[in-house]
Amino acid sequence: MVSAGAMSTSGNLMDFLDEPFPDVGTYEDFHTIDWLREKSRDTDRHRKITSKSKESIWEFIKSLLDAWSGWVVMLLIGLLAGTLAGVIDLAVDWMTDLKEGVCLSAFWYSHEQCCWTSNETTFEDRDKCPLWQKWSELLLSQSEGASAYILNYLMYILWALLFAFLAVSLIKTILSGFIIRGYLGKWTLLIKTVTLVLVVSSGLSLGKEGPLVHVACCCGNFFSSLFSKYSKNEGKRREVLSAAAAAGVSVAFGAPIGGVLFSLEEVSYYFPLKTLWRSFFAALVAAFTLRSINPFGNSRLVLFYVEYHTPWYMAELFPFILLGVFGGLWGTLFTRCNIAWCRRRKTTRLGKYPVLEVIVVTAITAIIAYPNPYTRQSTSELISELFNDCGALESSQLCDYINDPNMTRPVDDIPDRPAGVGVYTAMWQLALALIFKIVITIFTFGMKIPSGLFIPSMAVGAMAGRMVGIGVEQLAYHHHDWIIFRNWCRPGADCVTPGLYAMVGAAACLGGVTRMTVSLVVIMFELTGGLEYIVPLMAAAVTSKWVADAFGKEGIYEAHIHLNGYPFLDVKDEFTHRTLATDVMRPRRGEPPLSVLTQDSMTVEDVETLIKETDYNGFPVVVSRDSEQNARQRQEGIVSNSIMYFTEEPPELPANSPHPLKLRRILNLSPFTVTDHTPMETVVDIFRKLGLRQCLDVLRHMAQMANQDPESIMFN
Amino acid sequence: MASLWYGGLLRLGSGFSLSCLALSVLLFAQLTGAAKNFEDVRCKCICPPYKENPGHIYNKNISQKDCDCLHVVEPMPVRGPDVEAYCLRCECKYEERSSVTIKVTIIIYLSILGLLLLYMVYLTLVEPILKRRLFGHSQLLQSDDDVGDHQPFANAHDVLARSRSRANVLNKVEYAQQRWKLQVQEQRKSVFDRHVVLS
Repeated sequence: MVSAGAMSTSGNLMDFLDEPFPDVGTYEDFHTIDWLREKSRDTDRHRKITSKSKESIWEFIKSLLDAWSGWVVMLLIGLLAGTLAGVIDLAVDWMTDLKEGVCLSAFWYSHEQCCWTSNETTFEDRDKCPLWQKWSELLLSQSEGASAYILNYLMYILWALLFAFLAVSLIKTILSGFIIRGYLGKWTLLIKTVTLVLVVSSGLSLGKEGPLVHVACCCGNFFSSLFSKYSKNEGKRREVLSAAAAAGVSVAFGAPIGGVLFSLEEVSYYFPLKTLWRSFFAALVAAFTLRSINPFGNSRLVLFYVEYHTPWYMAELFPFILLGVFGGLWGTLFTRCNIAWCRRRKTTRLGKYPVLEVIVVTAITAIIAYPNPYTRQSTSELISELFNDCGALESSQLCDYINDPNMTRPVDDIPDRPAGVGVYTAMWQLALALIFKIVITIFTFGMKIPSGLFIPSMAVGAMAGRMVGIGVEQLAYHHHDWIIFRNWCRPGADCVTPGLYAMVGAAACLGGVTRMTVSLVVIMFELTGGLEYIVPLMAAAVTSKWVADAFGKEGIYEAHIHLNGYPFLDVKDEFTHRTLATDVMRPRRGEPPLSVLTQDSMTVEDVETLIKETDYNGFPVVVSRDSEQNARQRQEGIVSNSIMYFTEEPPELPANSPHPLKLRRILNLSPFTVTDHTPMETVVDIFRKLGLRQCLDVLRHMAQMANQDPESIMFN
Repeated sequence: MASLWYGGLLRLGSGFSLSCLALSVLLFAQLTGAAKNFEDVRCKCICPPYKENPGHIYNKNISQKDCDCLHVVEPMPVRGPDVEAYCLRCECKYEERSSVTIKVTIIIYLSILGLLLLYMVYLTLVEPILKRRLFGHSQLLQSDDDVGDHQPFANAHDVLARSRSRANVLNKVEYAQQRWKLQVQEQRKSVFDRHVVLS
């Protein structure tokens, strides 16, 4: 509290130009932001700068700098986010391959980079790579046989456990636990970047896209604290964070437009139009920075960028919609099971051993994943292989088709061929991998390590899609005289592209889990570079969203917010109950009367007692206590403390009382009021659209109406 | 007061070093873009077996627009009209990478990881030993697990009070750290146990 002697009773104009109280108007964790007040403060600041800019050249330059500081912040965020994403990509690439072997010529090369420099010239040797040696070759000088296999298996598990253990100990020790204070601080940024690499390399079933959004927001927070325009105004800082989230998604997928739409759809609560343009700028700068670091060696941003342009046919919409249904069903299954598992983690003793849990899940994942070649490789490589169309020179098992020796077609227009033995083996291996991925992701997502959901969902969808695609392709080849195939699939033509089915499946599963709509389609077509495939992607995304919404309205992120009890008023929910404001208002009958402050007759000691006794964050200031329904005694007798007053002029005081305390500046002179007969729909809309504070009673009421436990909303 | 300065300097220093690190990585990347290794750019053509010729792989350092079968495949193993058929089967791809960027990035990442591991070892092993020497044996009582997290300095308050007596750098860092830990504990208690908003 400010000492009474410091305040003066001079005229009104000075009050507006004085600096506000220190610590008034800064927000702590879990406080709602008062958007209206932040906006008016920003307008005041802008008006002050504009009026001063006419005074001198220096002030004019300062006003220009202030106007440009927004763009400078976006540029810096884009640079840092792109750089960090490039570092993460390169390090993950290397460390994932470290589990299997090491490059002899230069230890910092991954498998692919090591084989870049190999001098094999014969066609049969095109996949051999003597510079890269697996651990069994290095330690035992054997590359085939049971002992080599067992040694490779053991080394794989050991490296995975080591990475996971390092990651979880770093988080626990340096961030002092898993409840991160300084959620967007510098230590969080550093630790999250380092541990993200470790965790993704350890082979766990998670992705790096979600944590990249957090990393980008930490960058945004860091840079916005360097400029006073953003560090002092929480509302403007949130705009910077929205733009930073867009930059994060943009570098994760190589999709700047998709990133901006993702930020608009999923991340931001309050997204004015100016932020749209700035977010796009940040996303572009980030994507360009990542491209210049060139982590994948082909000037592409994402590992699974595909470039084919084979057409699709209307009859194929039927399997695409089937894939959409699968995506919706999987989304529902995953959300329900994951929330049930996380709830069990919160309420039982299982949650008391986070480090042990991470180690056990890593061990299980590594042990089951190694035998199947499709789960042994990293998930990004798996998706890349599934998205790719089979050329004539591919030597992987999935492309083991029976080739016609007289074929003379150019390499990218290969007609449909019958499947060889390798393809059938690949199909059942993919089926096993699919089941494994579905089960293990339920237990992995939500652990106390940085974990994202995009890559595992896309992997599940891609596996299902590829299997369906190969099935349709073989059906079209062997039964090309059926009615459904006759019109569009002539023998000897390239009708069906299983890679496209994999893409559609990936989009469907991702949409089913996260319930993204426009941003999903845009991300997928920016990933593929082909506008021809928008219609199948949209069909699958729409179908999966409908199917998933039929079972439950919440996506995975909203479900986790509810699980943790955060007081969040979602803009997508609709309030459908027919209650009035009077059902929520306090005090009700039988409750103690409203705690109010009078406008000029309470002492400092009274106010301190009131604040200590109650938990509220704001109090109504009334003319006098008689204006309440319950008449109370006026404060009688002036004690030796000073009087606090909220009016323009100080009240009449006896001659020898101490100096009064003026607190008009922290008074909100125009609070929003609703009558007790306002329908609750309107009240919820007012709180939601204007972004007001003190809306927690509303949330509890909504929970009550939905037959949930109102005490699960944790904050008073 | 001095510990506030120290804390502020630490924050400023860490902020600067982080941004310097990021910008230096970026700078390296740009520099390597300018001075490409000879081996880092190539056009690779893979040609499958055709008639009597066994398949072969051809590499050549050539620009992207010249990256096709006719420029890269030398000497051409077939004659005349067969050249077109042979070249149709060949798959030519332009590849580039930056080996210096990879090397620099991996080494920087490993050194940061090593530093963090050292810091972690210091926090878990060395610090209690140092504290025991400075403040006596009775101070370090371990509290039991709280929501699964180990809180090693439950009586940070006492340690704080005693530390005011001495004034050297180690104590100042200690003081700032204890105050932060105390704040985190208070916050955690009020948020998760009493379910009240922080005031």
